[in-house]
Amino acid sequence: MNINNYINSYCTINHNVVYKNEVPVFENRGVDPAAFLLSAYQHFELNYPKFYKMDSLSKLGWLAAEVLLKNTNIKDYLPEDVGLILANANSSLDSDQKYIKSVSDVPSPALFVYTLPNIMIGEICIRNNFKGEDAFFIFENFDAGFTELYVNNLLSNNILETCICGWVDLLGDQYKAVLFLVEKIERDHSIPFNKKNLDGIFDNLVIDKK
Amino acid sequence: MPAVYIVADNILSPIGDTTAGNFAQIKKGISGIKKHHNKALSDEPVYISFFEEGKNKIFGINKLDSVLIASIKDALGNSGIAAADKKTILIISSTKGNIDLLEKNSDDTQLADNIAMYTTAKVVAGHFGFVNKPLVVSNACISGIMAILTGMRLIQSGFYENAVVAGADVITKFVLSGFQSFQAISDEPCKPFDANRTGITLGEGAATMILSSNPEYAGNIQVLGGAVSNDANHISAPSRTGEELSQAINKTLTMSGFTADDIDFISAHGTATSYNDEMEAKAITLSGLNKTPSNSLKGYYGHTLGAAGLIESIISVQSLKENVIIPTLGFENIGVTNPINVCTTLTETTLKTCLKTASGFGGCNASVIFSR
Repeated sequence: MNINNYINSYCTINHNVVYKNEVPVFENRGVDPAAFLLSAYQHFELNYPKFYKMDSLSKLGWLAAEVLLKNTNIKDYLPEDVGLILANANSSLDSDQKYIKSVSDVPSPALFVYTLPNIMIGEICIRNNFKGEDAFFIFENFDAGFTELYVNNLLSNNILETCICGWVDLLGDQYKAVLFLVEKIERDHSIPFNKKNLDGIFDNLVIDKK
Repeated sequence: MPAVYIVADNILSPIGDTTAGNFAQIKKGISGIKKHHNKALSDEPVYISFFEEGKNKIFGINKLDSVLIASIKDALGNSGIAAADKKTILIISSTKGNIDLLEKNSDDTQLADNIAMYTTAKVVAGHFGFVNKPLVVSNACISGIMAILTGMRLIQSGFYENAVVAGADVITKFVLSGFQSFQAISDEPCKPFDANRTGITLGEGAATMILSSNPEYAGNIQVLGGAVSNDANHISAPSRTGEELSQAINKTLTMSGFTADDIDFISAHGTATSYNDEMEAKAITLSGLNKTPSNSLKGYYGHTLGAAGLIESIISVQSLKENVIIPTLGFENIGVTNPINVCTTLTETTLKTCLKTASGFGGCNASVIFSR
């Protein structure tokens, strides 16, 4: 099978810097993740009140998706043709720890609802009206090989026309989000969607654009 | 694409240790749901389907890892599938994994690694000697069906020949208190689709389904197709219209080369919350399946979360093998706006094809078709 899919946008949020297609677009050093995520939200003037009630993991993934999708052709797709395939190591443990603290007092439904990692996918779908296939996987480390294999399969079989995939992990002060917009269509500055380029972008190496 | 056959399976639940044992119990109308007074779980007595003491000591490790290993061990048994075969992959489905460790040792520095579901996957894979890195699916209450679909796709695309798909969740204070905080727990055993339903009953369990494209299994029941959709509506409330679950059902039918008329029965999610059952009945009606016999198995098992899709799929496959549809325990009078055909008696009839559905937090929906 000759598979040609393309990374047409990517976004990394790590160490208090937001990168879009490798270019730093916002940074705010020396603050904790909660303060950093709020400052990024304000910087990009996103005006989405639901952001404030999200947990930190959802805020991180949601913000990365906002930056990823800006100036892309995402609105050209039907809702059911857009899907999300995401993964992380720590599931929703950051929110699990906050919820369990509330249990001895009054268990908080507002915290409990965020104790599943795919709630972040739900938040991105609600914002963008994405209704295609979604899935959340748990890996110790980002698995570019599996991402390539799984997303290519969904695109080749026309289950999806475009897919947002990648890694969104947050626990305490440690976090990293790297999202990729993968399309069947080659555009200006397209990068071939393959393991090598996924790893290159994830690890912030110089990538092979051929 | 190669066909995907079901080679072997297991259900490990409070009412039985094997698929056959479980099926015999539920045909007799026996449920695992009982009233428990367990202060470690809840201050008030609560109806749950809960393992008797001892199950957590099967392998002397965490309860979740232990029931997963026991379930996989029974399914692998005489299946002819080798865990150590490089053409075999292990896929694990769970919503909360070993979250009970958080209640016990919240200051442990190794806690994150111990709780992480990739650790459970490593322990289980190591126990059996799986050589490929295991996958973990954690996508709320559709995790079990999604894990089956993941196995199906990896086999169809030729990356693996065999997939051992196992799911489990255990009842913890964490999860029980959360559903209680939502006012979602029923004060009696759950009554799916009933007019007097008052919410969910939680359950625990583990289940395993082994899939293979090996032509040696031709003649076995197949996983024909499946689909996943998102409501894009609300993170904890289901769609108001049911359109998105209906779309997943329709895609599953198309993928399997079927129409609604080909479905002999539906194993619905049927959690017995007001909103879920209402949405599901709308979706089933939109897909033209409102006359098709439907059941919910939550009255026997409670909602077993990451294991639910697997347990209920395996019971449905057993129904196809034995040509008998299981009634919906707890259901008396239809309590959804779009009346669906809820199965109320043990129905013996020739069966070929079954549709299994589920929906979950995050707005996710999934469906899968099994057929002989």
